[in-house]
Amino acid sequence: MSESSWLTEFPQLERRDLIDIRKGLDGAYRSFSREYGETIENFFDPLLAFLIWFEKLLINSPWWIVVAVIVAIVYAASRSGKLTLGVLASLLAIGYFGMWEDTMRTLSIITVCTLLSIGIGIPIGILISRSNRAQSIVNPILDIMQTMPAFVYLIPVVMLLGIGKIPGVIAVIIYAIPPVIRLTNLGIRLVSKETLEAATAYGATPSQRLFGVQLPLALPTIMAGINQTIMMALSMVVVASMIGVKGLGQPVLKSITNQYFTLGLLNGLAIVALAIIFDRVSQTYAKRTQKHLEGHNNG
Amino acid sequence: MDNTHETPFIEIEGLYQIFGKTPKKIMPLVHEGRNKDDILAETGHTLGLKDINLTINRGEIFVIMGLSGSGKSTLIRHFNRLIDPTQGQIKVEGEDIMQFSIKELTEFRRHKMSMVFQNFGLMPHRNVLDNVSYGLSIQGIDKGERYQSATQWLDTVGLGGYEEQYPSQLSGGQQQRVGLARALCTNAEILLMDEAFSALDPLIRSEMQDQLIQLQNELQKTIIFITHDLDEALRIGDRIAILKDGELVQIGAPVDILLNPADDYVRAFVKDVNKARAVPVKTIMKHTVPLITDSNLKNALEQLSSPSGNHHYGFYQTNEGFQGVLTASRLTSALTTRADGDVLPEDIVNTSTITANMSLETALPHALVSSYALPVVDEEGFYIGELSQDLLAKTINGSIS
Repeated sequence: MSESSWLTEFPQLERRDLIDIRKGLDGAYRSFSREYGETIENFFDPLLAFLIWFEKLLINSPWWIVVAVIVAIVYAASRSGKLTLGVLASLLAIGYFGMWEDTMRTLSIITVCTLLSIGIGIPIGILISRSNRAQSIVNPILDIMQTMPAFVYLIPVVMLLGIGKIPGVIAVIIYAIPPVIRLTNLGIRLVSKETLEAATAYGATPSQRLFGVQLPLALPTIMAGINQTIMMALSMVVVASMIGVKGLGQPVLKSITNQYFTLGLLNGLAIVALAIIFDRVSQTYAKRTQKHLEGHNNG
Repeated sequence: MDNTHETPFIEIEGLYQIFGKTPKKIMPLVHEGRNKDDILAETGHTLGLKDINLTINRGEIFVIMGLSGSGKSTLIRHFNRLIDPTQGQIKVEGEDIMQFSIKELTEFRRHKMSMVFQNFGLMPHRNVLDNVSYGLSIQGIDKGERYQSATQWLDTVGLGGYEEQYPSQLSGGQQQRVGLARALCTNAEILLMDEAFSALDPLIRSEMQDQLIQLQNELQKTIIFITHDLDEALRIGDRIAILKDGELVQIGAPVDILLNPADDYVRAFVKDVNKARAVPVKTIMKHTVPLITDSNLKNALEQLSSPSGNHHYGFYQTNEGFQGVLTASRLTSALTTRADGDVLPEDIVNTSTITANMSLETALPHALVSSYALPVVDEEGFYIGELSQDLLAKTINGSIS
C-alpha cells in the first residue's frame, strides 16, 4: 500500500493476505469436515432412513391408495367438498402427465421439511417470545437465513455431508424456518396482556398459561407462519435439486439447461399444484379450528 | 361503620413501588422525601406508589379511588402479586404474602382471591361456560363438577342460556357478567375488581353496581374495588381510599369523605357530588326524640321527659311496630277526660316513615310536609332512629362539618 494512493483507491488488503485468509478458513473447515463429517452424517442417519422410507412408501404404494389417502386427509382437514374435488383433479392430472413419481418425491421431502421446521421453529419462537434478549440474538440470524443466497450456505453443507437428501433438507429448512419462528414469536407477543394477567390471577402455572392461553390465541398467527414456511419450502425445490434432491426440481433444472419449455412448465405447474393443495388445506383447517373468531355481532 | 375491634383481614404496610431499572437503589432518595418529579428527572425512575398503609376488613367493599395515573391499578395488582412491591408488606389474615413460594402463591391465587378486569380479560377462544369455569379447570377439577358450578353462577349473574356463546358474541355488560361469574366460581373470599364497570355504558354500569351490591348482601365477600368514578365509589363502598399521585390522601366511610374531605384535592372531587343522592339516611340518622312504648296515657307522658329535657312530642311504638307521633299537648288533653285510660288511635298523629337506606333525596319530600322529625323504621316496621329537618338541610347544603 503506497502512501499517496489511499485517497483515490480504497485501501485494500493485500491479495496475498486475502488468499491466506481464504486458504486458512477453507482449510480449517475442510479438516473440520474430514474430522467430524462422519459423526455428523451418522447423526442424521435416522432422519435419512425415515426420508427414504417415507419416499418409498409414497412411490411404491399403488397410486390410487396414495390418491385416496391424500384426498381423505384433505377432506378431514378442510371439510370442503369443492376443495377435495380440486385436489383429486390435480393429482389425477399430475399422474396423467407422467409426473407421479417426481411429485411423490417432492411431496415426501416437503412434508418432512415442514414437520421439522414446525418442530424446531415453534419452540424457538416460544423461547424468543419470552425473552427480549433471546429475540435480539435470534432475529438477526433469521435475517441472515432469509437473505443469504441459498447457494452460499449450500457450500459448507455439501462439503460436510456431500450431495444428497440430507443436505437438501437442511438447505430447505434454513430457508423455510424463519416465518414460523417469527410468527410464533409475534403471535404470542400479541396475546392481550389482560387475558394473560387473568390467567395468572387465577393461579395458572407458566405451562398452563402457555398451552391454555398463549398458544391457542397465537394459533391463527402461527398457522400463517406455517403456511409461509410450506410455501418457502416448495420454492426451494429447484435449488435443492442442484445438490441431488430428486423430485420435481430436477426436470425443471434439466429444462433450463436444455431449453425444454413444456417440460419446465408442466413440472412447474405440478409444484404450483402442490403449493395450492398445502396452502388451502392448512388455511381451511386453521379457520375451522378458530370458531371463536366468527360472529362479532355485538362487537 | 366501626370496625376497629375486628382484626384486619388484609393489611398493607409501608408499600412502595418504583418503576425503572434499579428501583431498590432509588429507595434512599424516596425516604429522604424527594418528590416524584425530582426523582423522575434525576434518575429516570417513576415513583408509582408511596408509603401505602391500609387495612381492609373481612366482608367489606373497600373502594380505592383515583384518577388515571394515580397508581390505583398498580396498587390492586399487589394484592395478588401480579406486581411485586419495591418495598413493603402485604398481609392476608396475618400472613405475609411476600414470603410465599411460587407454589404457595399459585395456591393462594387459586383459592383465596379472584379478579375482575376492566376490559374483562376473557379468553376469546373459550366459550362462556369454559371461561366461567377457567379457575376450576386450572385447579384440575373435572368437567362435570366445574360445569355444574359454572352453570349455577351464570344463572346467578343472569346469563343462563349463554353457555355455548363465545365472548365476542356478547355485549360489554354481558361479558363483564361472565367476568364476574368467573370470579365467583372459584369461591374465593376476596374479590379484586379493577375498574370492573368503567368500560360499560352508564345505564349498564348502574345495573351492574346494583347487582354487585345485591350479590354482596348474599355472599359477604371481601371486595377491593378500583374506580375513577366518585359516584360509583360512594354508591358501593363501605369505605373509600382516595389515591393521588401514588399517595393515599384519605381513607374513610363515604360520608366521611363527602362531609369531611381531608384536603383541597378531595374537596374538589366532592364538590360536584349530589349529596342528597349520595348520602343515605342512616349516616345522619340520630336518636334524640323519645320513644314511647307504654300504652298508658300517664306513663306515656312521663316517657316524654328524658334526661336531656322535656320534649313536646315522641314516637309511639307498640309490639306491632311503629304507630306514629304522640304530642305532649294531646296527651295532656286526653288525660283530662280519661284519667287512667290508654292511648287510643285518635290520640296518635299519623306521620310518614322512611327507611335507613333511602337517599336523602327520596326522604326530602317527606321531610317537607312533616312538622316532626322523620322516623326511620327497619324492614319489620320498628323504629331505629330519626332524621331531623335541620340536619337534612345542613347536609344537603354542605355546611355540616
